[in-house]
Amino acid sequence: MVELALPKNSRITTGKTWPKPEGATNLRTVQIYRWNPDDGKNPSVDTYFVDMDTCGPMILDVLIKIKNEMDPTLAFRRSCREGICGSCAMNIDGINTLACIYGTDEVKGDIKIYPLPHMPVVRDLIPDLTHFYAQHASIMPWLETKTNTPAKEWKQSIEDREKLDGLYECVMCACCSTSCPSYWWNGDRYLGPAALLHAYRWLIDSRDEATGERLDNLEDPFKLYRCHTIMNCAKTCPKGLNPAKAIASIKKMMVDRAY
Amino acid sequence: MAYLTPRKRATGMGSAKSGVAHFWNMKVSSIGLLILVPLFVFTFGPALGSSYEEMVAYYQHPFPAIVAILTLGVGFMHFKNGFQVLIEDYVHGAAGQYSIIAMNCLCYAAAATGIFSIIRIAL
Repeated sequence: MVELALPKNSRITTGKTWPKPEGATNLRTVQIYRWNPDDGKNPSVDTYFVDMDTCGPMILDVLIKIKNEMDPTLAFRRSCREGICGSCAMNIDGINTLACIYGTDEVKGDIKIYPLPHMPVVRDLIPDLTHFYAQHASIMPWLETKTNTPAKEWKQSIEDREKLDGLYECVMCACCSTSCPSYWWNGDRYLGPAALLHAYRWLIDSRDEATGERLDNLEDPFKLYRCHTIMNCAKTCPKGLNPAKAIASIKKMMVDRAY
Repeated sequence: MAYLTPRKRATGMGSAKSGVAHFWNMKVSSIGLLILVPLFVFTFGPALGSSYEEMVAYYQHPFPAIVAILTLGVGFMHFKNGFQVLIEDYVHGAAGQYSIIAMNCLCYAAAATGIFSIIRIAL
């Protein structure tokens, strides 16, 4: 049964307010979700004050500044700092996005940062994406062929290659899946927008020879048909992709095959 | 606690190999209702407020009677399929399965009652 309230041990409390840096004139208030699995306490929201005159323009710059200069215990993932690795996905000002490509000037008022919604939390801003990655693996995100491998390469026309545009760019940051209410309620069985976008990427690859098997594996009331075209995925995608459209295309392929 | 690998959890019991028929029925019935509901409104509307005898005589004409029967039949089929999705979304496990059975019974009973009533007036 769906749960509309957080369990008692997940309810968020007010955390520590960190001291303001001395001499700073251009301060931004940053509120960050904190949870440490080792201290047995409920999650809390800590308040930090960041001097924007000595800080970079992106949310990730703010987080790194806090970690380096104020609170080294703050935990978050980051790597490329240019929106290509998908590591720093988090909920910023109510939107799932990448901290490295989301500017502080895009947030009005206090900057509120939480981990991706409705996922188990490992610590602070780090969600557990084990199930998300396993779902991605389950759609066989690789080229499946039955014909003997050609001597040189699997050829693809320019037109067929263009069909993969808007799909191959996905960096698996999980912003879309964790913004999807269907994924919140049925994430154990529903594959979610990210995995389905990747599934479609391989379904329409002209070189792939497992289209039938791929459709067979997706034809399920929960794996595919939990998508109700809510469109949160397309709205939140930091790469500007449209997983909802890809899912609709899979549904169309299913109908074309059956009727 | 179960020592299942993440892949085992993600794959579950595999695909049910169904869902496309349900999806297609929803689309077809919604298009059907797009035509039937205005027809029902425009056939039922003029008779609204008339006396019992006039209403009975009106529904003895084939066109309004057939439109009403089709609207009820297709409408309840669409409602049944849509409500099933709602239950699947929010009620899990055995409670969900029993809810779907109960909702199916309710929809078929309501559709049968309505269609039977119109046939009885019409014939």
